[in-house]
Order: sequence, then C-alpha cells, then structure tokens
Amino acid sequence: MYRYDEFDHDFVQARVAEFSDQVQRRLAGEITEDQFRPLRLMNGVYLQLHAYMLRIAVPYGTLNGKQLRMLGHIARKYDKGYGHFTTRQNIQFNWPALSDIPAILADLASVEMHAIQTSGNCIRNVTADHFAGAAADEVADPRPYAEILRQWSSVHPEFSFLPRKFKIAVTGAERDRAAIQTHDIGLHLKKNAAGELGFAVYIGGGQGRTPMVARKIRDFLPEADLLSYCTAILRVYNLYGRRDNKYKARIKILVHETGVEEITRQVEAEWQELKDAELKLPEADIRAIEAYFAPPALTGRAGGDQAVKLARLDSKGFSEWLDQNVVTHRHPDYAAVTISLKGIGEVPGDASDSQMEAVADIAEKYGFDELRVSHEQNLILPHVARADLKAVYDALVGIGLATANSNLISDIIACPGLDYCALATARSIPIAQEISRRFASLERQREIGELKLKISGCINACGHHHVGHIGILGVEKKGSELYQVTLGGSADENTSVGEIIGRGFSSGEITDAIELIVETYLGLRLDPQEKFIDAYRRVGPAPFKEALYAGEAKAA
Amino acid sequence: MKILTANRLTDGIAVWYADGGWAETVDHADLAHDKAAEDRLEAIGAKAYAANEVVDVNLIDAEVVNGVVQPVRLREKIRAAGPTIRNDLGKQAAKQANWAA
Repeated sequence: MYRYDEFDHDFVQARVAEFSDQVQRRLAGEITEDQFRPLRLMNGVYLQLHAYMLRIAVPYGTLNGKQLRMLGHIARKYDKGYGHFTTRQNIQFNWPALSDIPAILADLASVEMHAIQTSGNCIRNVTADHFAGAAADEVADPRPYAEILRQWSSVHPEFSFLPRKFKIAVTGAERDRAAIQTHDIGLHLKKNAAGELGFAVYIGGGQGRTPMVARKIRDFLPEADLLSYCTAILRVYNLYGRRDNKYKARIKILVHETGVEEITRQVEAEWQELKDAELKLPEADIRAIEAYFAPPALTGRAGGDQAVKLARLDSKGFSEWLDQNVVTHRHPDYAAVTISLKGIGEVPGDASDSQMEAVADIAEKYGFDELRVSHEQNLILPHVARADLKAVYDALVGIGLATANSNLISDIIACPGLDYCALATARSIPIAQEISRRFASLERQREIGELKLKISGCINACGHHHVGHIGILGVEKKGSELYQVTLGGSADENTSVGEIIGRGFSSGEITDAIELIVETYLGLRLDPQEKFIDAYRRVGPAPFKEALYAGEAKAA
Repeated sequence: MKILTANRLTDGIAVWYADGGWAETVDHADLAHDKAAEDRLEAIGAKAYAANEVVDVNLIDAEVVNGVVQPVRLREKIRAAGPTIRNDLGKQAAKQANWAA
C-alpha cells in the first residue's frame, strides 16, 4: 500500500501543528466560533447532537493492521470505546473533546493518517472498489489512480472553495462495486482495443434531495490525461456551479441545467487548453505510484480447496459464511473476505476498540497486513489463503464478527440518523436494527437472496436510500418520525434511482411494510435466481403498491 | 415554555442553562414562561457564546413532566438523554449508573 514520502510526512505534521495551534487559540478565546468553524471543518471536526464528531480519512478505504490498531486505541483512549465506519470508506468518532483532538491527530499522523478534507467544499476522500487489487474481474487496480487524485486534490488552491463538496470514485472492474454513477466524477478504469489503460468518465451523479445518475461524457480517457481532464471538469464546475443556493450547488445540478452535450463541450474545450501541459502524467510517475500498490507476494498454497471442503463438513456456520462472505480472488489459492459489521440487531458500521485490534491481528497474521473499509460499511480482508479461511472464520467468531450476511437483507447501510446527527430528521439505526432482527434467520435471508436495503435519516441521503433496492427515508411529520419507502434503486453498473412507492409509514409500521414487500417479491419472482431488483424491474411498482395499500383503497 | 441549550466549547457536551450556570442535564433547566423571560435567556446565551463558553446556542420548547423539565421535540429529547440505541452513552448513562448504585 501507499507509504508517505518525506513530503507527505512534512505536510501532515505541519497540518497537525497548525490545527493544534488553532484549537488552542479557540479554547483560549482568541478566535471566535465563526472564525473557527471553517478551520475545524477542514480538519474533519463537526459538532453533532451530543458532542463533537471527528471524521478520519481512510484513503480509498485502504489501511493496514497498525492503522486499524491505532483507530482502536483512539476509540479507547479519547472516545467511548467504538468507532463508526462510513459510506465514504472513512471512520467517525462520536464523542471526542475538542481539547483532545490535537493529541488524536498527532497519534493518527504517527501511522500516516489524518482528517484533512473529510469535510468542507473541497474534493473529499476518493473512494474505490473495496476488492481493488484482489478482484478476479478487474483490468487493473484502481487505487494508484485514486492516490494520484488524492495527491493532486490535497489542499489544491484552486479547488479548496468549490460551490459545494465534491466526490470522486474509481472502479477497475465492469461490475461496479464503488457506486461510481452516484458520484460527482465516476471513473471506470478499462482497457481500449489496443490494450491501453484509460477511463470511461462519468459526471453529475449524486444523491441528496435531488438524486441523479451520472452521465458518461467520455468513453475512453488515456490514463496520462487523468489530472488534466479532472481539472477541466472542476474548472467548468467551479466557474459555473451555483453558489446562490446550497441545495443547487452540486455539479449534478449544473449538468442537469446546462445539458450534458453543452457541459461536455465546455469540459472538452477547457481540456484542450490543459491536456498537453504540466498536468500530463508521465508514464514513469504512474508506474512509480502503481509500485506502492504492488500486490503482496502470494505464494502458491495448494490444498486450500481440500481444507475448505473438509471444514465445510465440520461446521455449518463456516459453510454458510464461506458461501456468503467469501469471494473469488484473482489467485486461485486465495479469497477476499468480507467482515460483516452488521451483526443481527447491531448498529451498522460500528466496531468496538477490541474488535478493531483483533481484526488488525487477523489481517497481520492471515491477510498480508491489508484491510479495506467498504462503502457498505463493512471491513474486508482482500488476500486470504483458502487454506487459512477456517482459521480466519474461527477468529472472527471469537470477536462476534462472523455474521454470514454479506449482500443479504440484514447487510444494511444506515446513516447515524437522529441518534447522533444534527441534520437528521428521524432515526435510522433503530429501524435498521428492527429489520435486521425481523429477518434474523439466515435461512430466510438466503432464500430471499441479494437485497440491498439502505436507510437515511434525512433527505441528505447519507444512507444511500435512493439507490437501495429497498430504500427507506426517515422524515419528521407533525412531530413524529415517518418513513418513506422507495423501490428499484441500484448503485452498480446499472445505477437507478428508486421510486417512491406511496405514503410513508410510522416507526411502528415500517418493518411490517418491508416484510410485506419482501413477501410480495417472493410470491412473484420467476424462480429463486431472479433477484429482487430484477423482479422489480420486470413487474414495476404495481404489485407492491397493491400489497401495501390496497386495503386502504377498499376501506376508503 | 422555553429553555436555553447549547454545547460546551471544550468538549462539545450538550448543556442547559439552570440556576445561574450550565448544567449537564436538562432536568432543572430554567424555564421561560413569557417573552420577557425568553429575551432574558437569549441574552444569557448570547453572552456565553461571546465569552466562548458554549456554541450552538438555542432556545427550545420544553414542558414539565412529573416535576422534571423535558424538551418537546424528539431531536431535543435525544440530545437530553443520549442515543436511543445505546443506553450506556450520553446523559442517560449516568442516570442508569445512579439507579444501579
């Protein structure tokens, strides 16, 4: 993985010193809250309902054991013994004292981590496929390009005060696991007919109160032109993006209002001015960054299949976990493992200090010291020898992280909601927990099959409800929480925005409604292979509306 | 009725104005029954904000239930108690510990 060079170390240390000084001056009353707020936000410090919140960057979701162990240490020493992994592959702590944040940032810097640009109207943490570098289906690892974007976008003077925040995601496979079409810029790394690497470029995707699927503006951008082309996009956005209305300030609105043909023309015109200048990436530089992401030396570990076969016979739990949470690796003797942070009835994305430390141990012992945070709020061990899978499973059982529910209905994305968030209008986590408990039976979940359920506690859509196969949006209506259901959303290579199915449900009704939707699907699917999203796309909303609301129409 | 709430600058912890100071629980917050009392609380909040004691100062709706002050809105109820999903965290944690003792 990427290691800080001298420049990175100096830059992060300088920022720790600078922000520590700002915190001291704030605590001494030398600067006002109005002066301090933008400074703390640039360093990931928010004020939430109960306390401050610190959001720490995990670049493209990649970290090692030492870093995860440090996060566990911070949880224990400065917070309340847990952290929350987010949909931007980051981690948040919910209870840090402002006076402790300089010490936390110093601890983070000691393991090459920071909280820079995790808030504010700048380019945020670039996200990537959580199986990058391991997936059998990728043309190349997308993370070197995410790292190049990180270096280019860190305190970029021209792009530090954009009209609004700006999010970039990169995938290296046809099967999109990074939700690139829901991003301001989505990059699909691919090869052209000549075998050269480049990107399909999408812009203007986003969720929030105006969800939009990104539009493709270029089918193939040579890799050397990555920064010049992104600069052209950002320049057009920075110049024409709306600053008069916060809710219309994202690039998706500009793309929508300008039209994709015209904005493509503007970007291409800007790019013509930039493409052959200093932003062109030298081949040697790309390959040098790529070298940081060289895969670990995966030695042949024959006999893994036999070991797995025997262990399967021995343990039903292992067998189920293998089927659900273990995916094919590009090396036949290895596999990539999803560590579910969605135990039945647990808080999606939360991990305790001791769980973080134990996972760090497992990664060091069995996973070449590599870990990923997925945007679906789980942890990943990207490289595990098949011969070691049972040992990894046993270790995860020991710390309560072996729930075999990856991609099933209880693998729910949920934002922090009104239990923590100052912007939320309703709670999300208790709804996720209740649905998880209702569908606790793994047998039943597996019968239902792949089903992405996502919950947001306000229209800002941090819980990705618009792109859930089933999405739930919590709002406040007449002083009570009300939950609106959308169906048919998707965040993969066939991204779609879900449709509102009808009137909302109270907190007491919503789980029953979800169960009814699921039962309706089970009743109409062609066969067990037809996934929820495919069945919905075939039949549309009518049967679900009928199931949910027909009784009311008759009663009326 | 209104009460005055904010978050303490140093640690961000939610506090309520009570009996001449900032209390860590809402139970005995000073109640404003009329506009004049609201103005008085607002002035106290503005002064404490200017003195860098607290941030995010707000007057919120409250009621008295069984002799104890309670916020009206769910958001403020959660601020006053802690996350509804973790009874061991926030203000409710101390209360539970007291009961246990």
